[in-house]
Amino acid sequence: MFNAFIQVVRKELLGAFRQQSDILNPIWFFVIVVTLFPLGIGTDPALLARIAPGIIWVAALLAALLSFERLFKDDYIDGSLEQLMLAPHPLTWLVSAKIFAHWLLTGLPILLVSPLLAVFLSLEVNTFWALFLTLLIGTPILSLLGAIGVALTIGLRKGGVLLSLIMLPLSIPILIFSTMAIDAATYGQSYLGLLALLAAMLVAAVTLAPFAIAASLRVSVS
Amino acid sequence: MWKWLHPYAKAEKSYILSGKLMPWFLALALPTFIVGMVWGLAFAPADYQQGDSFRIIYIHVPAAMMAMGAYSTMAIAAFIGLVWQIRLAEMTVAATAPIGAVYTFIALFTGAAWGKPMWGAWWVWDARLTSELILLFVYLGIIALYNAFSDKVLAGRAASILTLVGVINLPIIHFSVVWWNTLHQGATITKFDKPSMATEMLIPLLIMIVSFAAFLGFMVLYRFRNEILQRESHRPWVIALVKSSSSNDSQGA
Amino acid sequence: MLQCKNLTCVREERILFNNLSFTLSAGEILHVEGPNGVGKTSLFRLLVGLSSPYAGEINWQQQSIMSDRESYYKTMLYIGHKSGIKPELTALENLQFYHDLYNPKVEFDAWEVLMLVGLVGYENVPTAQLSAGQQRRVALARMWFSDCKLWILDEPFTAIDKKGVKVIEDLLIQHAKKGGMVVLTTHQDLSIPTEFYKKLILHKPTTGEQYV
Repeated sequence: MFNAFIQVVRKELLGAFRQQSDILNPIWFFVIVVTLFPLGIGTDPALLARIAPGIIWVAALLAALLSFERLFKDDYIDGSLEQLMLAPHPLTWLVSAKIFAHWLLTGLPILLVSPLLAVFLSLEVNTFWALFLTLLIGTPILSLLGAIGVALTIGLRKGGVLLSLIMLPLSIPILIFSTMAIDAATYGQSYLGLLALLAAMLVAAVTLAPFAIAASLRVSVS
Repeated sequence: MWKWLHPYAKAEKSYILSGKLMPWFLALALPTFIVGMVWGLAFAPADYQQGDSFRIIYIHVPAAMMAMGAYSTMAIAAFIGLVWQIRLAEMTVAATAPIGAVYTFIALFTGAAWGKPMWGAWWVWDARLTSELILLFVYLGIIALYNAFSDKVLAGRAASILTLVGVINLPIIHFSVVWWNTLHQGATITKFDKPSMATEMLIPLLIMIVSFAAFLGFMVLYRFRNEILQRESHRPWVIALVKSSSSNDSQGA
Repeated sequence: MLQCKNLTCVREERILFNNLSFTLSAGEILHVEGPNGVGKTSLFRLLVGLSSPYAGEINWQQQSIMSDRESYYKTMLYIGHKSGIKPELTALENLQFYHDLYNPKVEFDAWEVLMLVGLVGYENVPTAQLSAGQQRRVALARMWFSDCKLWILDEPFTAIDKKGVKVIEDLLIQHAKKGGMVVLTTHQDLSIPTEFYKKLILHKPTTGEQYV
């Protein structure tokens, strides 16, 4: 069973490296959106540092939203998705593998470019670490939540906008807790409690979301 | 097994049963609405702080409660529908969602209107109002998803799954919003934090809650019946029903 | 043994077929025929468990296919309209994936399989660059290393040349001789010996019973 997980992840990564623009574009988008804010509101470092957590998290949400297109859509079109649903392994498990691969390709790069953005937005080291940790815990939850939305809308011709309508409200708690943690770090307070909350949400999402995704796929691909 | 036993008769039976129940809900909703409104607006004492503007509570609170009540109905129906694969339960989800959305909208609107005299602004990022706004988003998402599917059986199932995902998420959303609010707003007195309400104020409120709940029941049944008719419009019993009702009409005319 | 009892398939409130029953035993090839839009693909999606029937049941070895999907999928190979082949991966990589995930116990020589389906020389080209017929061959190549008893093939011969069709037919006959089962649709005439061959013709429902 573990083997199946690795096989799926390997195939996803291999496919992604053949089509690198698919991975790079959402990251570009993320960086560009964050750059727009100083241009729009001015370059006062204090102001930027104040609103940086919100900017970065909202941009991360939007970038994640863009990247969901490729989570199941191509597979749905070329028939790999229905074959995946007919594999002699639990669908929840295979779906988890796909989401893990998706996070490696979209969530992880966001983590990697976050130091750059911290410099852009004049963040202090302490604040940056809080940002980094919330992204580390929060982006997998986004991937899992988004996958539910994708699985529900995949069979629809105009699923893209609908996906954001469904998914964005559900991701509000992550936004709130993450930005609160970063704020706390800015004021030199402890944010471990908030991180623990986020981690609890991650655990809940990892255990529950695959079932919702599998059930949604069974509805959409029929 | 029994889901295959007689799907035809089941829809018809629930159509007839809900038709019988519907008038009773209306019969409860209308008088309680009139009594509650008159009592609440005209006879209940004015609030010593807020004066007469507090009276909007008689709409706001019942609407907010029923917004949650409608969602609970949907969640239970979605669970039943998905676990036992009962299509009628999934229809209930679809039938309830727009009503819940309207109740949520009423709660939001009255809440905002209440905010004007209280805080001097139409919109304040109060925890309750924000939660209600997000609840409205969730409702709209479910409705949009349901309408996007052309096959209504699949639509019902997809909407049910989303409802259940929402049910796990909504408490977290509410909790996070409350926490976020206390952090950002700190000292604002929430208008709901009355230690205890005077009995003269409370009784009309309870009557209004009963009225709104009964009206919710009425509307759910009404839309549920419509949903059945639409889905089964090609079945013999619906055709017979339409024929008999149209012949009754012509006799009456 | 694959057994369908009183299947009714409904799509968007319309009945595609009603009360369909048939049984498929070891060593039989079932050719499902019927005009376009009669529900052949829908029937296949029911048979593989991608969608669930409005009424009726489908049993594999006396057990409902939905009751234990994973063990059913260990013995069932489905090749649908959509090939399930990743265009950005090479034929070799695609086949390796299908082998490792679906039939890991079968001894597998990818080169030999590629030779059998006539794709030698194309093994390292992304499948997106292959012709439609060649892409179809990559998908069908899965049959050569499948240890599944039941093959469900939706239009396997689309875009395949005459010689290729012959090769695949031979493979199907071999599979039946070993006690395997095949369900397939095609608009071509098949030259399969009658002892293995069975036909199922789907009809459109009469106008009176079109709707649920």
